[in-house]
Amino acid sequence: MIELRNLSKSFITSSGQVDALQHVSLTVNDGDIYGIIGMSGAGKSTLVRCINMLERPTEGSVLLNGRDLGALNKKEIQLMRRKVTMIFQSFNLLMQRTCLQNILFPLKLAHMPRQEAETRARKLLETVGLPDKANAYPAQLSGGQQQRVAIARALATDPEVLLCDEATSALDPKTTHSILELIRQINRDTGITVIVITHQMSVVQEICNRVAILENGTVVEEGDVSRVFSRPQAAATRALVFPEAEQDELLLGAQGNQLIRLVFDGSDTTNTPLIASMAIDCGIAASIISASTRTLSGRVYGYMLLEIPGGPDELAQAVKYLSGTPGITVQVDVEYRAKEAAQ
Amino acid sequence: MNQFTRAFTPEKLQEAWHVFLTEFPMGLWETLYVTILSTFFAILLGLPLGILLVTGDEKGIRPLPQALMKVINVLINFLRSVPFLILIVMVIPLTRAIIGTSIGSVASIVPLVVAAFPFVARLVESSLRELDPNIIEMAQSMGASTWQIIFRTMLPESVPSLVTNFTLAITTILGYTAMSGAMGGGGLGKIAINYGYSRYKYAVLYLAVIVLVLLVQVFQSIGTHLAARLDKRIKK
Repeated sequence: MIELRNLSKSFITSSGQVDALQHVSLTVNDGDIYGIIGMSGAGKSTLVRCINMLERPTEGSVLLNGRDLGALNKKEIQLMRRKVTMIFQSFNLLMQRTCLQNILFPLKLAHMPRQEAETRARKLLETVGLPDKANAYPAQLSGGQQQRVAIARALATDPEVLLCDEATSALDPKTTHSILELIRQINRDTGITVIVITHQMSVVQEICNRVAILENGTVVEEGDVSRVFSRPQAAATRALVFPEAEQDELLLGAQGNQLIRLVFDGSDTTNTPLIASMAIDCGIAASIISASTRTLSGRVYGYMLLEIPGGPDELAQAVKYLSGTPGITVQVDVEYRAKEAAQ
Repeated sequence: MNQFTRAFTPEKLQEAWHVFLTEFPMGLWETLYVTILSTFFAILLGLPLGILLVTGDEKGIRPLPQALMKVINVLINFLRSVPFLILIVMVIPLTRAIIGTSIGSVASIVPLVVAAFPFVARLVESSLRELDPNIIEMAQSMGASTWQIIFRTMLPESVPSLVTNFTLAITTILGYTAMSGAMGGGGLGKIAINYGYSRYKYAVLYLAVIVLVLLVQVFQSIGTHLAARLDKRIKK
């Protein structure tokens, strides 16, 4: 189990102090595939580097199975890093070494006997699906294959935690999918805890069971992926989950239109003609501004933005009607009005 | 001009050919071993110093007191800026202390190494700085110690660039041997100066120059070829 307690990290730059992380507290359970998502500059990379002490937290602590990693000395940190390994956006393979030698690298650092190390490295090449690439150099491989070698290398020291820092950001969608599939399979087979840093919602959606949304160095939302995706609370989460809807909402909201957000919470209601029924039953002809649904773990989650014509009475009536439908949450968005009022 | 053409009469050419056959083999041998030994010792001193310049840097993997780094940098720049001819004279006491004399091929190795090792240190520094910092971070994330980062990551990954830069070093040192030849050292430089400058035997001078140019070509070709062969980033 990894616990981040009140973690803060500041950098002193020429232009003053930058607070990359501010009071971040998270708990990652054993066997989790935990997503940490945020826009660039949100502090994701700093956060993941605090977990293996590549960055020393300014404040707060990182606990791995109850042990405070900030209290470790240099030697202990080196040993800890065999148990908390990392893969990177740019793969970071040794370009002058063969794939096999790359996987042997962490084992040599750990002084494992040569024979044993090589047997293990070859087995890992098989695990990642590249048994025939032992003697190939990274330059001869595709991006996806290079990341597979990097994964094999990260698994060499039999770690408890795998940190993935934008591991699929440099790959095309199809390759991304196959790499994520591999990570999921390794997680299933070995029970390794995986922490996935990404800016792509699709990555979290595909493999994570839990997610934290990071914005400006703070966690604005955290929880089970299905919950966070179906009922995003924070504005930053909504912007990530439904980028199109968020834009429409801001635009039309600012123009004073009456908007309702419908949230489909894993129910069958996406199959009923809800808007049409409302028009017949209440005489309110709502227009759909934008809609987006996703399937997660076999359940349907969605998001629909409606514009209600008329005045406050019609709005109230529509809310009342839609709220009566099971499996739907209705949100009359007051946030943009609050924003406007603040301006 | 008259004097110049007179230097290439058939008799003079024949004389030059005679010098070529009798003195050049020894001169070539002296130039070669002085160059190679000087380069070897220059690398022996310059490589660790170059590594230190990178690792001890403020943002390096093992930052040293920045005042110390400043002193090292100033010393390197000082040695690099003293003209070689002056340096030969300056290090005469050191040469005598190490070799016992300041005259001859072996003695010329000392000033050559003193002049070349700061140069090699800078070349090593630039080679190591070329390395992608992400690779160093990767090694750190795998629990590599400072020594392991240097010897298992930085140096092996920089081999092609180091070979290219060491080739530059050996060809530069070869050029310097001719200068030390003029200042009491041996080799082709000494022959060129003795015959060409002191006795106006230009034909000998030109022959010596041709051999030196060919030597540079050979070293450069070997270096370039080796660097390309060692570089595994090139798809084959």
